[in-house]
Amino acid sequence: MKPAPFTYHAPTTLAEALDALDRVGEDGKVLAGGQSLIPMLNMRLASPAHLVDINGVAGLGTVDVDATGVRIGALARHAQVAGHDAAHSVVPLLRQALQLVAHPVIRNRGTTVGSLAHADPSGEMTAVLSLLGGSMDLARKGAARTVPAAEFFVGPLESCLEPGEMAVSAWFPVPPPRTGTTFREVARRHGDYAMCGVAAAVTLDADQRVLSARTSYISMTATPLVLDLTEAVAGKPFDAADWAAAGQLSADQLDPEPDIHATADYRRHLGVVLTRQALTDAATVAAAQPQGATR
Amino acid sequence: MTDQQAEQTFPITLSVNGVPRTAEVPARRLLSDCLRHDLRMTGTHVGCEHGVCGACTVLVDGAPMRSCLMFAVSAQGSEITTVEGLADGETLHPVQQAFKECHGLQCGFCTPGFLTTISAVLDDNPEPTREEAVEAVSGNLCRCTGYQNIVASVLRAAEITRERSAVAIDEAGR
Ligand SMILES: Cc1cc2nc3c(=O)[nH]c(=O)nc-3n(C[C@H](O)[C@H](O)[C@H](O)COP(=O)(O)OP(=O)(O)OC[C@H]3O[C@@H](n4cnc5c(N)ncnc54)[C@H](O)[C@@H]3O)c2cc1C
Ligand code: FES
Ligand code: FES
Repeated sequence: MKPAPFTYHAPTTLAEALDALDRVGEDGKVLAGGQSLIPMLNMRLASPAHLVDINGVAGLGTVDVDATGVRIGALARHAQVAGHDAAHSVVPLLRQALQLVAHPVIRNRGTTVGSLAHADPSGEMTAVLSLLGGSMDLARKGAARTVPAAEFFVGPLESCLEPGEMAVSAWFPVPPPRTGTTFREVARRHGDYAMCGVAAAVTLDADQRVLSARTSYISMTATPLVLDLTEAVAGKPFDAADWAAAGQLSADQLDPEPDIHATADYRRHLGVVLTRQALTDAATVAAAQPQGATR
Repeated sequence: MTDQQAEQTFPITLSVNGVPRTAEVPARRLLSDCLRHDLRMTGTHVGCEHGVCGACTVLVDGAPMRSCLMFAVSAQGSEITTVEGLADGETLHPVQQAFKECHGLQCGFCTPGFLTTISAVLDDNPEPTREEAVEAVSGNLCRCTGYQNIVASVLRAAEITRERSAVAIDEAGR
């Protein structure tokens, strides 16, 4: 099928883009990589009257890295972020998760910020932003605000972005020293949206004992769920900690919905198993870091 | 029809397989439809129109992308390579030659998308392992072949590229 007609706006500066979004308000949508929006237009699940194409806006395709974190501009493609070695060295969870986002060809066009703005409960980057406690930088004509991940996602496919507003960048902070991260998921086919996915971060103390064990989930809840499972493993040496118990602890807090791909029970089972696996991996990564390393 | 006629159109210029092409398209014209309908280049196939099958994959400034998930207006000024642009005159592209030798196609519907995708993968990684070859084609669907011969074609294409460059070096040395 083909998209319904719309009025096309092709701003070349951020000011022009915000101006256009301000004028069209509720009737407008941002077009970034189009890898989620254009399928919806083609299937006529959406038919906005105005599209503001930001692909020609200068200065948005940035990946800025410093010792405190990674700031990703609205036009940085998934492939560009995943391939960014400096970003990988400070926030490895970005590449770990992006390898699981769709197929390479989709990642050449789709943007990381677009996938956050899309707020799909199955989108890997929503769990990454939430687990790391990152934030979104939003702008509208004459105003800007920064919203923490916990407030940005408000429902399935729904963020706190208001009509006339756009996401300019996303901020992924560096986790505390001696933290290991990992992303695990189960999908029907490689590259598909996962039936369940778990991002994990484990922080160890100087004696390789567990200080903190946290997870976040995709395809389990309407908005990204972050769990602190530290109590199951606190103070234990990383290789003697009962990671299965941490998995069990997650079970009571996971309340997924069934769909055609998986029953609620199966999804919860995946959640428990993936939680154990992801935490075990993350702890091993944390332990392998040189003493005094920042990650 | 009347509101379609009233629809605003945009003049665009693309370089398709090295040839500058122009078209006058409404904003909602997909790049795939622009290539097939406006430019009459039907090598690019359209299966699902939602990014899943990969039949419509073309190279945009060298990177493989879904032409069904791009508007032609957004491609303004880009360098597009379609399956028609892979061969060098009568000489098949190594990936095309490999598909022919390894029976990498049956009905051929999916083939243009595989050829463009694989050609870009081999540019980045001229010596893929079998695992990397599987990963390279994991985003494309084929209803006929069962994929085994397509994976074999990826590996054979890498071999053909090496053979051809060895011959070229040999000839240059003579
Ligand atoms: C076959 C296929 C498989 C996929 N599999 C996965 C997967 O496994 N995991 C995954 O996470 N994703 C997957 N995706 C989606 C892909 O990651 C998209 O790139 C991403 O979801 C959206 O990014 P985009 O830049 O393409 O945004 P678009 O499609 O352009 O936009 C999506 C939505 O976000 C809004 N938006 C985009 N950018 C902004 C902005 N800067 N400010 C405000 N609003 C904005 C748009 O208005 C629209 O509503 C898949 C896509 C396809 C086609
Ligand atoms: S037609 Fe574009 S991916 Fe199927
Ligand atoms: S050869 Fe028929 S679909 Fe692939």
